[in-house]
Amino acid sequence: MIVFEGVEKRFGDNVVLSDLDFTVASGEHVTLIGPSGSGKTTILRLLMCLEAVSDGVIRVGGRPLSHMEKGGRLVPADEKHSREVRKHIGMVFQQFNLFPNMTVRGNLVEAPTRVLGLSRDEADARAVELLDLVGLAEKIDEHPSRLSGGQQQRVAIARALAMRPDVLLLDEVTSALDPELVAGVLKLLREIGETTDITILCVTHEMGFARDFSHRVMMFDGGRIVEDAPPEELFTAPREPRTQEFLRAVLGR
Amino acid sequence: MTWDWNYVADVLPALLDGLRITVIATLLGSLVALVLGLVFAVLMRGPAPVRVVVRALVEFVRSTPLLVQVFFLFFVLPQFGVTLGALVVGVIALGLHYAAYNSEVYRAGIEAVPRGQWEAATALSLPRSRVWTGVVLPQAIPRVLPALGNNVISMFKETPLLIGIGVLDIVGQAREAGNTTFRYVEVYTIAGLLFLVLSYPAALLVRRLERRVVGT
Ligand SMILES: Nc1ncnc2c1ncn2[C@@H]1O[C@H](COP(=O)(O)OP(=O)(O)OP(=O)(O)O)[C@@H](O)[C@H]1O
Ligand SMILES: [Mg+2]
Repeated sequence: MIVFEGVEKRFGDNVVLSDLDFTVASGEHVTLIGPSGSGKTTILRLLMCLEAVSDGVIRVGGRPLSHMEKGGRLVPADEKHSREVRKHIGMVFQQFNLFPNMTVRGNLVEAPTRVLGLSRDEADARAVELLDLVGLAEKIDEHPSRLSGGQQQRVAIARALAMRPDVLLLDEVTSALDPELVAGVLKLLREIGETTDITILCVTHEMGFARDFSHRVMMFDGGRIVEDAPPEELFTAPREPRTQEFLRAVLGR
Repeated sequence: MTWDWNYVADVLPALLDGLRITVIATLLGSLVALVLGLVFAVLMRGPAPVRVVVRALVEFVRSTPLLVQVFFLFFVLPQFGVTLGALVVGVIALGLHYAAYNSEVYRAGIEAVPRGQWEAATALSLPRSRVWTGVVLPQAIPRVLPALGNNVISMFKETPLLIGIGVLDIVGQAREAGNTTFRYVEVYTIAGLLFLVLSYPAALLVRRLERRVVGT
């Protein structure tokens, strides 16, 4: 589903990701862990076309994301191409980023009507159904500012799902929440993981969640994959010293 | 020097007609300034060549006196075959001048919209035009309404500059009357009062708006 081929990302002289190769299969849940500044967010932002790759190619569903085919050659993607590929990718942010000038309903119907061309009624039905899923049906006509952080994040997840994405990107979606609100959001994500076949790429510091949610965990450091293994392996018997050190630090053992 | 009520009654219609012209110039000028200022502010976030040209135009307008711009449009344009009425020139000059100032106001409002809003809109694949009209501007404009309102009031008080090209606004009418009768106290007092009567409530309105904006 997702393929990184020799991807490099530089900010000026700062090489953030170098020569990155990995694939994520359709329906797979992959969690990225690693110390701050190791490039986890950057990977998700590249996938969402919020940043452009400096070198290499990213493919999603077989199509190059950062590039497009033109006369048999790959050239850097233009805005139209990016938007087309991006339609199939949803992203949920640490800070929710709901649109405060719209109601919950407005947030949910905006892109399905404007981008997918759904009718107002279809989009509305979809919004109602998704709010039911995230347990916020009664908040449909509220403004986001009247919701708690956990509620806002669940609406943000619903907003991403309203686009019926093939790929969902989650960047530390519980980091900005009060501790007592984290469990509800994680429970929702587990439910989505179990009931859909969406490919999910997730950055989190919740190691317990990473362990039972993911099929694979990738440990990053300095823009490179240090270790890539199933969670039961990586969390119980990490092979790389760097992973052992990191897990000791975050798990405090 | 005495206050002559009969004289006041004589000149009042002319002064009120001047007020009408002042209000028309302010309203039309502000309409131009609000729309054009927004266009400038949005273009300033556009691709490099557009951005540079608009920025240069705005800097130019802001660094030259309004009166020079008024004279320029009124006396120089006809030499290129474009002859416009004095009031039309006045509206264009006021509009352009304040568009430059308003563009800075809008720009501040646009910059205050968090980057996450742009990113969320982009992640949803919203077309660029909709990101502006549906997400960014509805958040940016409400917070700058007070500043825009203040610019409308400033423009109102600067319209007398247009007497330089023969527009008979409040002050223009006062001067006409004064020059024929050699009585100045009444006409300029009333002219001042007319400005006060409109701009003071407007300022109060803007202040209330300010409190509302801060409250949100
Ligand atoms: N827009 C940018 N301009 C310059 N440098 C950037 C930019 N975005 C990220 N970086 C740099 O790229 C590196 C990787 O950042 P990234 O946000 O991907 O790390 P991360 O693994 O998500 O860290 P964290 O756990 O703190 O979120 C950091 O050194 C950061 O300073
Ligand atoms: Mg990050």
